[in-house]
Amino acid sequence: MSPTNYLLLSAVLFAIGTVGVLVRRNAIVVFMCVELMLNAVNLSLVTFARLNGSLDGQVMAFFVMVVAAAEVVVGLSIIMSIFRARRTASVDDANLLKY
Amino acid sequence: MTSVLTLPTGLPAQGGSLSANLGVDYGAVAPLLIVLGAACVSVLIEAFVPLHRRVVPQLVLSLAAVAVSLVLVVVRAVAGTPATITLAGSLSVDGPSLFLWGTLLALAIPSILMIADRSIEPGGAFVADPEALAEAQERAGVRAMATVGGSSGSSGSSGSSGGSRGSRAAAGPPPEMHTEVFPFVLFALGGMLAFCAANDLLTMFVALEVLSLPLYLLCGLARRRRVLSQESAVKYFLLGAFASAFFLYGVALLYGYAGSVRLSDIAAAAAGSPRGDALLFGGLALLVVGLMFKASVGPFHTWTPDVYQGAPTPVTAFMAACTKVAAFGAILRVFFVAFGTTSIEWRGVLWAVAIASMVIGVVLGLTQTDLKRMVAYSSVAHAGFLLIGCLAITPAGLSATLFYLLAYGFTTIAILGLVSLVRSGDGEATHLSAYAGLATRSPVVAASLSFCLLALAGVPLTSGFTAKFAVFSAGLADGEAPLVIVGLVCSAIAAFFYLRVIVMMYFSEPAPDGPSVSLPGPLTTVSITLGLAVTLLLGVVPTAALDWAAAARFLG
Repeated sequence: MSPTNYLLLSAVLFAIGTVGVLVRRNAIVVFMCVELMLNAVNLSLVTFARLNGSLDGQVMAFFVMVVAAAEVVVGLSIIMSIFRARRTASVDDANLLKY
Repeated sequence: MTSVLTLPTGLPAQGGSLSANLGVDYGAVAPLLIVLGAACVSVLIEAFVPLHRRVVPQLVLSLAAVAVSLVLVVVRAVAGTPATITLAGSLSVDGPSLFLWGTLLALAIPSILMIADRSIEPGGAFVADPEALAEAQERAGVRAMATVGGSSGSSGSSGSSGGSRGSRAAAGPPPEMHTEVFPFVLFALGGMLAFCAANDLLTMFVALEVLSLPLYLLCGLARRRRVLSQESAVKYFLLGAFASAFFLYGVALLYGYAGSVRLSDIAAAAAGSPRGDALLFGGLALLVVGLMFKASVGPFHTWTPDVYQGAPTPVTAFMAACTKVAAFGAILRVFFVAFGTTSIEWRGVLWAVAIASMVIGVVLGLTQTDLKRMVAYSSVAHAGFLLIGCLAITPAGLSATLFYLLAYGFTTIAILGLVSLVRSGDGEATHLSAYAGLATRSPVVAASLSFCLLALAGVPLTSGFTAKFAVFSAGLADGEAPLVIVGLVCSAIAAFFYLRVIVMMYFSEPAPDGPSVSLPGPLTTVSITLGLAVTLLLGVVPTAALDWAAAARFLG
């Protein structure tokens, strides 16, 4: 199978993640969509590593995973703290700061 | 599928070049190692030293680490040590790196002093444990309090906005300061140092996250107006993660194009590659979105006003000054080193971004009624001015941008330090109406704030004038006349809303129940004085800093 298909799949996953971030209203779901975008990038990196015949892309995918894990820790703690204060994780309800 | 498995046997040429220079030039990376090492020690202090004895060691450690790093950077710059690429080619310690490192470390000192100050807000402006606060908020009704003004109450005085300092002191001994902020600030600073010196895109991405993650947390730590603070943290985090995903996809596309994420390799591939340009410019576009977000440029600025307003003011000062320096440092490096050769093809698009940034900044800045939000929109406009310098891919553009970052950072820190002094019963009074007649209450604060606002407006004898002049003349010399004209018009419009605040402070009658001006403790006084002094010095005798910036050259 041509590696280009993996690139297309990666682009589609990235687009799904982007749309999800823009239309979903629950902070946790928005965050999951961001993770989907990061993993779409991982797929791209590995495919390009295959196309370029170098290992750099695969190593980068590991870096991205580690960074994504750190991001989960920070992100969930922030979402938890606002959930405790407001009893909701909806990003629409966080509307005190505007204009 | 078998071919996939057999592939890694043929290691390519890049692997060889990677191992060729694995030696680490410890002298060059020492500032970075000291700051990150101090951050780790700071975490250990947090773990092992009892709460009431943490403040002094944390403050001393942070300041010492930053000061030692600053001295090392200055010594290296003065000695003229040749630029070097080290850490297996991932970090480039060249002229611009040293200038940006010096700027970042110099800005970090007043920021840390402001963060450590406990005289304005008993117990410091930060608290990490939400439990006690959340209960108090639920009793009083979150929404009602937040709309009235967001008094969330400190753990010492249970939510009732008692008002004056006396009643707060009467509620008991001042609460202990929560010191988690110091390791956060040091980690963020380490990430910023690495971000603007990163010589490949992977290092840049990791550094971007190392600087961002602590900042997200810092935004949510406010002792007062906790709900606003947490909301700003959530917004900053979600949008920041979104933007870094774009950055990363750009990295992946550029890796696909060039077969390497080293900036110089991308430049070499762009100079003579048989591949189509879709990957190159698609990658650049996505990369730039991520970078512009961090620098709060133009249409990617939406987080800026909310986060500037919601975050505790000392954190806003640190973030506004240092993040801008680091992000524009990275933008400069990407533009000059990786995409300098192809600039003719993408500059037009970024002209539009620069214009959008300036116009959005000044037009929305005009409509603001909150001083911190106004500073935020002014930072969006300034990001547009800075982009004019970045888009002139010439040595003059580089040095002008570097100088502008130095000047802007110190002015911003001074302004936000002054904002933190004007307080009413429930914390800082940032609404513009609170500044009416401030000159009669506190002539010194009003005069200092006026001076800083004039510097932002770019009035001669302030650093703002020198910086704007340098950037606009560099842009003009590189054929950006339309951009410079838009910049001048926007500066003129922006001057209106800066002057509006000054007029309000001097020519309005103060409200009878208006805010009081706190007497700052020594730490805040030092940081505000430092900001004012640098703003004045760079306006009157800018030669030394301009010469240092002019000598800076990127090392490919």
